Amino acid sequence: MTSAALRSRAWKLLELVTTPLLPSDYLDLVSPLRAGADLRGRIEAVHPETPDAATIVIRPGRGWRGHRAGQYIRIGIDVDGVRLWRAYSVTSPANRADGRITITVKAIPDGKVSNHLVRDAKPGTVIQLDQACGDFVLPETKPAKVLYLTAGSGITPAMGMLRDAELDDVVMVHSAPRKEDVIFRNDLHDLVADKKLRLVELHTDTDGMLDVARLHELVPDWAERETWACGPAGLLDAAEEHWTAHGLADSLHTERFRPSVVVAGDGGEVTFSTTGTTVEADGATPLLDVGEEAGVLMPSGCRMGICFGCVTPLKAGAVRDLRTGEITEAEPGVLIQTCVSAAAGPCDLER
Amino acid sequence: MTAIDPTAHLTDEQIEELGRELDAIRDEVIASRGEKDAAYIRKVISVQRKLELTSRGILLFSIFPPAWLIGTAGLSVAKILENMEIGHNVLHGQWDWMRDPKIHSTTWEWDHVSPADQWKHSHNELHHTYTNVIGKDNDLGYGIMRVDEDQKWHPIHLGQPLWNFINACFFEYGIAAYDLELGKNLHKRRRKNPEFRARAKAVGRKIRKQVLKDYVIHPLLSGPSFLTTLAATFTANLVRNLWSHSVIMCGHFPEGVQVFERRSIEGETRGQWYLRQMMGSANISGSKLMHLMTGNLSHQIEHHLFPDLPSNRYAEVAVKVRALFEKYELEYVTGSLPKQVFSAWHKVFRLSLPNKKPKVQTPDREKELVAA
Repeated sequence: MTSAALRSRAWKLLELVTTPLLPSDYLDLVSPLRAGADLRGRIEAVHPETPDAATIVIRPGRGWRGHRAGQYIRIGIDVDGVRLWRAYSVTSPANRADGRITITVKAIPDGKVSNHLVRDAKPGTVIQLDQACGDFVLPETKPAKVLYLTAGSGITPAMGMLRDAELDDVVMVHSAPRKEDVIFRNDLHDLVADKKLRLVELHTDTDGMLDVARLHELVPDWAERETWACGPAGLLDAAEEHWTAHGLADSLHTERFRPSVVVAGDGGEVTFSTTGTTVEADGATPLLDVGEEAGVLMPSGCRMGICFGCVTPLKAGAVRDLRTGEITEAEPGVLIQTCVSAAAGPCDLER
Repeated sequence: MTAIDPTAHLTDEQIEELGRELDAIRDEVIASRGEKDAAYIRKVISVQRKLELTSRGILLFSIFPPAWLIGTAGLSVAKILENMEIGHNVLHGQWDWMRDPKIHSTTWEWDHVSPADQWKHSHNELHHTYTNVIGKDNDLGYGIMRVDEDQKWHPIHLGQPLWNFINACFFEYGIAAYDLELGKNLHKRRRKNPEFRARAKAVGRKIRKQVLKDYVIHPLLSGPSFLTTLAATFTANLVRNLWSHSVIMCGHFPEGVQVFERRSIEGETRGQWYLRQMMGSANISGSKLMHLMTGNLSHQIEHHLFPDLPSNRYAEVAVKVRALFEKYELEYVTGSLPKQVFSAWHKVFRLSLPNKKPKVQTPDREKELVAA
């Protein structure tokens, strides 16, 4: 018998000892970050960055498989006793010596998790984690010339990349309302002083919004640069339009923090058949919110349609994708993203 | 059904007003649920698991009498906490709002021979909806006892003190049997029903696992202490069964608690439902420790009014609920554990015999009996 088979048999035996609980239910009491546990992390420090942003230093559990600069992680944290999941870009380099990772969070108005993390998070708190994901990353072969086009908290994945890889020719065009709102401002100016970065810092309260069509005035060789853009939908929509108009869509990479809702569904009666819950839903509310409101245990993550942490089998009926208006009908094996899907008539979800 | 209706003095409007006042109490708790409550249940779960592990560890040496005593006492308490304050309440969905998949009514399994999903159906859906309605609420006498004067007496009821005692000793098996509705389903025609067979199989699996753990694996791990550990786990289960049976009897059986007939709940409004829960339940008074060990079913009245509110909040809710009882001139049935246990057992014995003929009847009482 192989050692793996032996281990699994020993584990089975242990399960007979602990039934109806699992051995891990006991181990979690003393060692929540151990290898083999559900992936968790422990908050070790919270460093303020701006009046409404902070960097959270997390020691990930033994099961952490690392990340690539620019990727994001889903974290689950208890706010007022309720487990909430959100996705945040990793802002630490992939090869950080102490094995810690950082996320940098900007508190948004009414943002339960972001405000909690920035203002109330305590070192020592154990949080739930998911492995890093996302394809907003640098390619294996480093591009010769890079442009980061960012605004607000959109700087976070770019900072992860800046800290991770030494590139020869990097330009960043970053917008924030005021000087004091620029996250990582000191780090950025240190990089500029070391001649590792050319920075165009725009303060939109005084300078006005960046007009992407006039980017060439700020960065004359923008078209030669592989570009990573992250920020509000307005900026990204304009960038996509601009790059496409110049036939350069392939050299633009974007990361969205918020879904852009275009079409509402028709609404209808939503059944969560596993728990036997039925509620009426309108056509604009994501099914994730509908389920949570009804007390159904819904998996969730980025809440904007990118991380697939919320996928749920659609057993019957139809749903509408709030971003595209596309209708998905139930078929065996059909999974929907509940965070960007609304009821399009009566439907039945396996939760 | 009870001869004198203790709610007769309330008008329909008053009953609906009472319902609104109870809704307001519920809303207040829901709006203020938070971190402290979450910390409470996590603490209880953590203490329970550590207590169980430690006790079972001590029982590995149960051949030494002091180890047997301490281990058995610890395991009994751990099993009681697991079933009462944790299992029962988690399975009620009292902690679902935390959205923690590890402490959720849809994922929880408990240290009990009845599988969680079957118990949730018979307890949450049937017992809590049809509380104390004869013929609908199986908790009422567990289908084997006479619980009200108006039920017809049969010589078989002479044995009901004995049935009740046996049920108390093996209470978890009694519950599994009635979650399966064995009485009804053992009829020849129903026995082959595939749905029943699947459920019976699930109970069989659960019993096997529970028995294997308590009566085979742990004794085997104890080596030379095999027999004494076997005796210890048996004792702990017995203590847990007797305790939970007593607590639950106190919830609906003591004198003063009303039972209802099927007809009386047709077209019941929310206010009337609340009123039935108020009149059909009884509390146990006592210390904080008593409330914890009963899984806060010592606040049975509050639990029946708000089955899904976190158990740690029933004590504060009880103050407000009791004030409503006074306002609407209703009897809040409560008493110490010994008093209520005695009262419940007294009823079991009394109803095992045919009704005594009332000696004197005032014309008023006669009229009420006819009306009822």
